[in-house]
Amino acid sequence: MERSIIRLLTCGSVDDGKSTLIGRLLVETDSIPHDTIDSTRNIRRSGSTIAAGEIDFSLLTDGLEAEREQGITIDVAYRSMSLLDGKRLIISDAPGHEQYTRNMVVAASRADIALVLVDATKGVRTQTLRHLTICSLMEISRVIVAINKLDAMNYSQSVFEEIRGNVQTALTRMHLDDVLFIPLSALAGDNVVQGSANMGWYEGQTLLESIQDWRPAEAIDASARMRIQLISRAENFRGVSGTVHRGSFTVGDEVKIFPSNQSATIAKIITYKKEIQSAHDSEAVTLLLEPEVDATRGDLIAASKEELHPSDRFNADIVWLHEDPLIHSRSYLLIAGSSQTPATVTRIRHKIDFNSGSQNSATNLGVNEIGSVEIATDAPLTLLPYLQSREFGNFILVDRLSFRTVGAGMIRHSLRRGENVVSQKYEVNKAARALQKNQKAQVIWLTGLSGSGKSTIANGVEKRLHALGMHPYVLDGDNLRMGLNSDLGFTPEDRAENVRRISEVAKVLVDAGLIVLVAVISPFEADRQRARSLFDEGEFLEVYVDTPVEVCVDRDPKGLYKKASKGEIPNFTGIGQNYEVPKNPDLHLKGDADLDENIEKVMKHLF
Amino acid sequence: MISFRDEVVAEAGVKLLVHTNQEGVAAGANPFSTGISEYTRIMKTVALRQALDEHAFDAAIGGSRRDEEKSRAKERIFSVRDEGHKWDPRNQRPELWRTYNTRLAPGQTMRVFPLSDWTEIDIWRYILQENIEVNPLYFAKERPTVKRGEQLIMVDDDRYPLLPGEKPKMAKVRFRTLGCYPLTAAVESSATSIPEIVEEVFSVKLSERATRLIDGAAEDSMEKKKTEGYF
Repeated sequence: MERSIIRLLTCGSVDDGKSTLIGRLLVETDSIPHDTIDSTRNIRRSGSTIAAGEIDFSLLTDGLEAEREQGITIDVAYRSMSLLDGKRLIISDAPGHEQYTRNMVVAASRADIALVLVDATKGVRTQTLRHLTICSLMEISRVIVAINKLDAMNYSQSVFEEIRGNVQTALTRMHLDDVLFIPLSALAGDNVVQGSANMGWYEGQTLLESIQDWRPAEAIDASARMRIQLISRAENFRGVSGTVHRGSFTVGDEVKIFPSNQSATIAKIITYKKEIQSAHDSEAVTLLLEPEVDATRGDLIAASKEELHPSDRFNADIVWLHEDPLIHSRSYLLIAGSSQTPATVTRIRHKIDFNSGSQNSATNLGVNEIGSVEIATDAPLTLLPYLQSREFGNFILVDRLSFRTVGAGMIRHSLRRGENVVSQKYEVNKAARALQKNQKAQVIWLTGLSGSGKSTIANGVEKRLHALGMHPYVLDGDNLRMGLNSDLGFTPEDRAENVRRISEVAKVLVDAGLIVLVAVISPFEADRQRARSLFDEGEFLEVYVDTPVEVCVDRDPKGLYKKASKGEIPNFTGIGQNYEVPKNPDLHLKGDADLDENIEKVMKHLF
Repeated sequence: MISFRDEVVAEAGVKLLVHTNQEGVAAGANPFSTGISEYTRIMKTVALRQALDEHAFDAAIGGSRRDEEKSRAKERIFSVRDEGHKWDPRNQRPELWRTYNTRLAPGQTMRVFPLSDWTEIDIWRYILQENIEVNPLYFAKERPTVKRGEQLIMVDDDRYPLLPGEKPKMAKVRFRTLGCYPLTAAVESSATSIPEIVEEVFSVKLSERATRLIDGAAEDSMEKKKTEGYF
């Protein structure tokens, strides 16, 4: 299968001669405007030994390094060049240092080929191993190890062979199938675009040839898939729109829609201008299905012979992209293609050490770290192992408050829980149970500092409701920590899990028709939001018990503030850890106000 | 340019919204005495911000490409703007695969650049393939011009202040890129049809935005403009 665009990732630093190599590649393929080339004839870096009037190739692509020196934005830079066979090469250049791992992962996510530079005068370094590990993790189809600066080593074959041997040893623990080794000199121009008269012992391809002869592995005769981007509706018209991925769809084809597993036939295929008979890879089309099945944005359409297995549990590798660490049990938004689903990392299995490839146990993931995790989604998704399909095996995690992209994931395999556990439908439901008790089932979630008075208010409200013949129940954070949550501590991860469990229990009790009073510090907004998301509109009442910290310290009913201020309790809310004040609580109580008044305010909200 | 725009709008049957920064007009901003950077800021950057705010648009789609200019090479395809339409190039969302995060936090807006990975030649080949009508200014024609430094400025009405005794000379020129008058210069060319333009773009080895006067003001001038809200 031919592709008109090839994407190349370059790994290495200026010290390895990366800028010079790319600069030469661009100039010798006539891919750089002549005014730009001429501008490098007269500018010189301090210490440069290149004669005035000559081209300094490194200046053509030094964007990122110059930026580093000047303190401006470090990012991924993209450059475009024409290959001699008319194809387009898009070069993505990311800085190679460890603190820029995420930039490299971004650049690697779409790369077909990675160019890993090794400075022959220095040999294989830790950085080289990190770059190869990332290439392997991101499933880059071809890796070209360019052993550069051989001009400074007398074009020695033994130097080249020794470095090749060292890289090959490291490769045994990775799954990179297509790795080429090229001896070259970017400065002198050996084996970049032109062959080398200095290295008669090398009979392989030049760098340009090894880029040009790459072909994608995915077969063109593979059956087509399409993610639904849009349901197109008009009078007497309902179609599903999206872009075809590999293969083709033809009118009359039997297809299946996932995750619902419905079958249909393609009745018509429509493009922007006209009706067509067949839609091929990369074409954006609207399909009319017969019968009109119930499909939604994010669903996947595939040939009916394809066996796909939607699931809501996955094993995945995650690269963490944000300064705030990944917290397991916290809810994030998982975006895969056009679908968006709340998801929780339920377990961090281990962290991967880039440099050695070893696996270390971990409880969280910091920025630039990669870990193997288990992830649970709120709805079943049709994802494939990343090894099988980059397109349908990737996802990103988005913070639910700031909407920043915080993680990037690659599915390893699905844990087929989704199809084995089917929720049972019972005929007596929440509404029926609540009606019998003559009340509206709901949860009143009291959040606030330790000692703010949450439990006291919950207790008071429960007494009043009980006296009225109703059916309340209090879930107290402290009490639950003696049983259900006795395995949890007070780190942000454990607090997230604590809140998750309490909210799940509250959900069961609400389903049983009860009025549930929850009294738990629940210091983090994201965790409270997730709790709210479990309930229907109007079922969740967030009550912020706002008590000045001095008052809490003064009350100190359990003597905890005294201990915390002595440093005996790390992660104590208000001292070692922050309390994120609720932005829009349904009810805001002053914790130092009269208790009966506060109870009355809660009661008013219930009736 | 305006009449071509109006024809396209009429043919497509879409609603066109036009916005001008009236404060800028009232203050007498003009490209000749205001200074090109300041004029661009007032009449383009600020005007765009005003228009986006007035209609409360969540997203604005633009045709910028990564091959045009260094800071544009760093742009995301779905690029978030903070409150006040500010671009923070240091703090952009990572964009991986073709998995796009289109969610916006309160106060944020988005600029979307679907043609990011296209190049100038791609644009012209696509125009040729799809037979798309383009502005006649892209075709070479004898036009009255004056030379300013290395740049050829077209002078076909009395807006442009000539030097004492200066007379515009006829030259066969076309525009490679169309910005606002007179901040975009013409290039000498004989390409009078789309196939000829494709041929010319393929063989001419000068950067496209070389004729945009505002870009050259300082090396980082585009990044600066973009952080303020320029497209």
